[in-house]
Amino acid sequence: MTLLELEGLTASYGPVQVLEGVSLSVPDNGAVGILGANGAGKTTTLRAISGTVRTGGRIVFDGKDIRGLRPDQVAALGIAHVPEGRGTLGDLTVRDNLRVGAYLRRDRKGIAEDIDFCLELFPNLADRITSNASALSGGEQQMLAVARAIMSKPRLLLLDEASLGLAPSTAKNVYDAIRRLRLTLGIAMVVVEQNANLAFTLVDSATVLETGRSVLTGTSAELKGMDEIRRAYLGG
Amino acid sequence: MGTFVQLVVDGLSAGSVYAAIALAIVLVHSATGLINFAQGGMAVLSVYIAWWLTTRGVPLIVALLVSIVFSIAFGALVERYLMRRFERGDPDTAVVVTIGLLTLITGVAGWLWTYNNQQFPSLFSLDTVSFLGVSVSQRSLGTTAVIIVVMVALQGLFIGTKLGLALRAVANNPESAAFSGLPVGRLLMVGWGLAAALGAVAGALVAPQLTLTPGMLDNALVYALAAVILGGLTSPVGVVVAAWLIGVLENLAAVYVPFIGYDLKVAVPFILIFLVLLVRPQGLFGRKTVVRV
Repeated sequence: MTLLELEGLTASYGPVQVLEGVSLSVPDNGAVGILGANGAGKTTTLRAISGTVRTGGRIVFDGKDIRGLRPDQVAALGIAHVPEGRGTLGDLTVRDNLRVGAYLRRDRKGIAEDIDFCLELFPNLADRITSNASALSGGEQQMLAVARAIMSKPRLLLLDEASLGLAPSTAKNVYDAIRRLRLTLGIAMVVVEQNANLAFTLVDSATVLETGRSVLTGTSAELKGMDEIRRAYLGG
Repeated sequence: MGTFVQLVVDGLSAGSVYAAIALAIVLVHSATGLINFAQGGMAVLSVYIAWWLTTRGVPLIVALLVSIVFSIAFGALVERYLMRRFERGDPDTAVVVTIGLLTLITGVAGWLWTYNNQQFPSLFSLDTVSFLGVSVSQRSLGTTAVIIVVMVALQGLFIGTKLGLALRAVANNPESAAFSGLPVGRLLMVGWGLAAALGAVAGALVAPQLTLTPGMLDNALVYALAAVILGGLTSPVGVVVAAWLIGVLENLAAVYVPFIGYDLKVAVPFILIFLVLLVRPQGLFGRKTVVRV
């Protein structure tokens, strides 16, 4: 079953057309990567899905067209967006960030259990539970951003440049944890990532964007086998 | 000694009114990150509504409740239809808009009800209670008690409730809050509505003493802003303590420091702010914001 389907997605910031026809299909429990150069429209594609930029085309989630919904309405359908730059709530403690993530849930006991689950998955956060998020390191903030998204029990996670600004070993830790999340919870994902090597550790398939258009789609194995992909995104 | 205690008690009572306005400012700031200079003006408008109702024979307590309900609606509407246009932009612009709103409300109130002083009936009796050789009016006690209750309730709201958590999250980062499903627009309206209600309470407490005019709370607003800065924008308890401190110190300075007297007592809180901010830029009780790069 297809969980998310993008068809001919278009978007513009003022007069500048950023997306000119992005198509993407995410199956249940699947993880799809979006590759592309800076300015190709990767982040805008995610923002279109979560309702933070206005778009044309179709965004079908779980059989319903969700284009035009507000970000909080999109979130309520089970789509959690971990934005570029992490978007943690800096003035709130780590625990409060996690509680905000669970805002739409009513099951107190389940929320407490899931906070424990997140702290098990990211032990660094357990030590900083009463610290303000702004006092965390970059890696810890990224872990918190992912954990906050998980607290809403999403069916689809939108992950934007989770490795940005992190040391390679920290980035790998973050991706290892996200991969474990995929295995244990079966959450579907759309993953935007500059570092294609990291992305391919997580996704089953990917689409390549060039100037706002999907130009190539394939499984991870297919794409890794292509010379032009290797040259452009995998460092040789 | 009797004079001293009397001055302290009077100062606490005056400080309580600054505290109420200051709490409203903190509430709006917590929800939107803005300082609302129109907080006092909006409060005066509510007091006029209550006053107008009493002149039509409505009992005081009913008139006050109606004016509080009006404030909540008015605050929410101001957020929805005025401030929302400016919230995403430059915060300086939004602050100037609130100053414009203050001028507008004052003008409208003066046009509707004239600039003459109107007698506003008191909730609490002016009878005095004596203890320790000091006589305190029930009004002073009542005002202070109401503010303490409001302060505790507000601190509880922010720290102990889901609504408070949501308001803090929206103030901190509205986009991230929306990604977690928080209805940002509605929460902002709630924040502004609650703050306006608080202002209405403050206005009703102080109106009998100052008599009702469109500019009744202009002075109180200045002191409230002083208390907000002194106490720290993030701490309801902090701003109340700061407001009391300001009320008491200005009273004491006027009497015991001949150089200051009644003419210069308005300067006292500002000298205090200056000294405190030199040492603690985050205010007496505020949390330091640490930004890590």
